Parts: sequence; structure tokens; C-alpha cells
Amino acid sequence: MAPLPPDRHLLRAKDLIDARYAEPLDVEALALAAHASPAHFARSFRRAFGETPHQYLLTRRMERAAALLRGTDHSVARICAEVGLASVGSFTSSFKRTFGETPTEYRAARPPAGSFAPLPTCVLMAWTRPRSRAVSEKTGVGVAV
Amino acid sequence: MALRLAHVGLWVHDLDDALAFYTGQLGFEIREDVTLEEFAGYRWLTVGPPGSPDVAFTLNVPGPPLFDDETAAEVLRFVAPGKTGGFILNCDDCQETYEELRARGVDFQQPPTQQPYGIDAGLRDPSGNQIRLVQRLPLRV
Repeated sequence: MAPLPPDRHLLRAKDLIDARYAEPLDVEALALAAHASPAHFARSFRRAFGETPHQYLLTRRMERAAALLRGTDHSVARICAEVGLASVGSFTSSFKRTFGETPTEYRAARPPAGSFAPLPTCVLMAWTRPRSRAVSEKTGVGVAV
Repeated sequence: MALRLAHVGLWVHDLDDALAFYTGQLGFEIREDVTLEEFAGYRWLTVGPPGSPDVAFTLNVPGPPLFDDETAAEVLRFVAPGKTGGFILNCDDCQETYEELRARGVDFQQPPTQQPYGIDAGLRDPSGNQIRLVQRLPLRV
């Protein structure tokens, strides 16, 4: 059996970033996953994927934060924590550097998540159907159910 | 006619518990999470595995207005022992994923087992929904 090429281990670290971006990942933890020393790991990662592990982790976090701003009503502070960042201040500046807008501006420029939540018709029908009692009170007509 | 899978409904006993499991332990992403005041605070919450960006599970607690309390309790009585079906996730390395998920406290009912089609393990979400974890053997041509 041929030995695994070293880049296979680098890919393991890359997958770890994509999967565990919400956790406080540091270079040591990633290097461990890649079976490499931290200094050697960062260099090899950059050679293999064209960016440092830190940059790759940050872009994953930014991509997830943007998706959460579009698809949820979570607060900016909550989203910051959900993508694994501790400081809302540095989250906001990283976000602005990446997308040209602050998280709040980014969200405000898009339709609210609730307006395009794809609620199935069965759910909409159940929630919007007037209760029998309300109908009878309004119309004064008794409703037999 | 090309039909594509988009959302699959899962009954759970508690949305926050389910969310903690699917995102915190299983590594799913939140796709949508909005509370709709116009529907008495109904929460549209969907999650999905990062490897399948087009597919999401909608998490719902059975209850009014779709179900009365009695029916809702009955649904959960079927979910709890895993009688309502479930779903299968593919992974690259079943043993490695099993160990990683166990370390995160996931409740496995079956450890990785060799099957003709690959290696298969079984786990449950906190409500009882069954989830299989499968590492497929490469197809022989």
C-alpha cells in the first residue's frame, strides 16, 4: 500500500475548518489534524491551497455569517458567536472588509428572512384559517363543526 | 419532469434541543430560522448537512394548529422509540466519524458494522429519530 501523500493530511485540516468553523480553532489544532508542526503546517497549507489556514477559516466564517444574516432573524451578536468569533467589533470589521457592508447594512439591504421563508401551504392554511368561534362571533352565524 | 429534494420534515420534541444536536453535535448548518409573529410566534427552522447545500430538514414540534394536543402527544410517542422512519447520511470514513461524534456525546445505537454495500452505523437524535451513517464501498465496474 502506498503511503498517503502529505497533501491528504492538509485536506483533512481544510475539511476540519469547513466543518468546525464555529469552534475556536487555532493553528495548533489544525496542525494536529494535518500531522504537522504549526509553522510547517501554515506554510504547506498556503502552498497547497493558495491562502493561509487563518484566511481560509475566516472566509468560511464570513460565508456562514452572510447566510445567517440572509436566512435567519438572529442578532448580529448571536451570528458572531455562531460562526466562532468572540468579538463583535472584529467580526463587523472583517465582514465589512469582505463584503463592503457592515452585517447590519448587509441585512437591511435584503428582504427580511421571514418574508421568503418557504412555509408549505399546509402550514399556511392551518395558521391563517380563522377559528370557528371567531367566525361565528363576526358574522353572528353559528358555525356547526 | 425533474424533481429535486429540497426539504424533509422531522418531528422533534423541542426545537432548541434539536438545534443543539443537529448543529452542535452533528455539524449541520442552520439554513433558515425565523420567528413569525403573524403566526403566533411560529418558528420556521431548517438545518442541513454542509455537503448537501440543496437539502434541508424542517424541524417542527407537533402541536396546534396542525394537531390537537392529543394527536401531538401521539406523534411524539411514535418518534421517541424511532418508529417514524429516519434518514441516511453518507460519509467518507464511518469509523472516524463515529469516533468524532461519540466524543461529542452523540448517542449511537449501533457501532460501525460491515455490510455488503459498505460500513454502516446507527444513531438517534434527542427526540428518537433514526439516523444512519454510511460509508459506501466504491462501485465495482
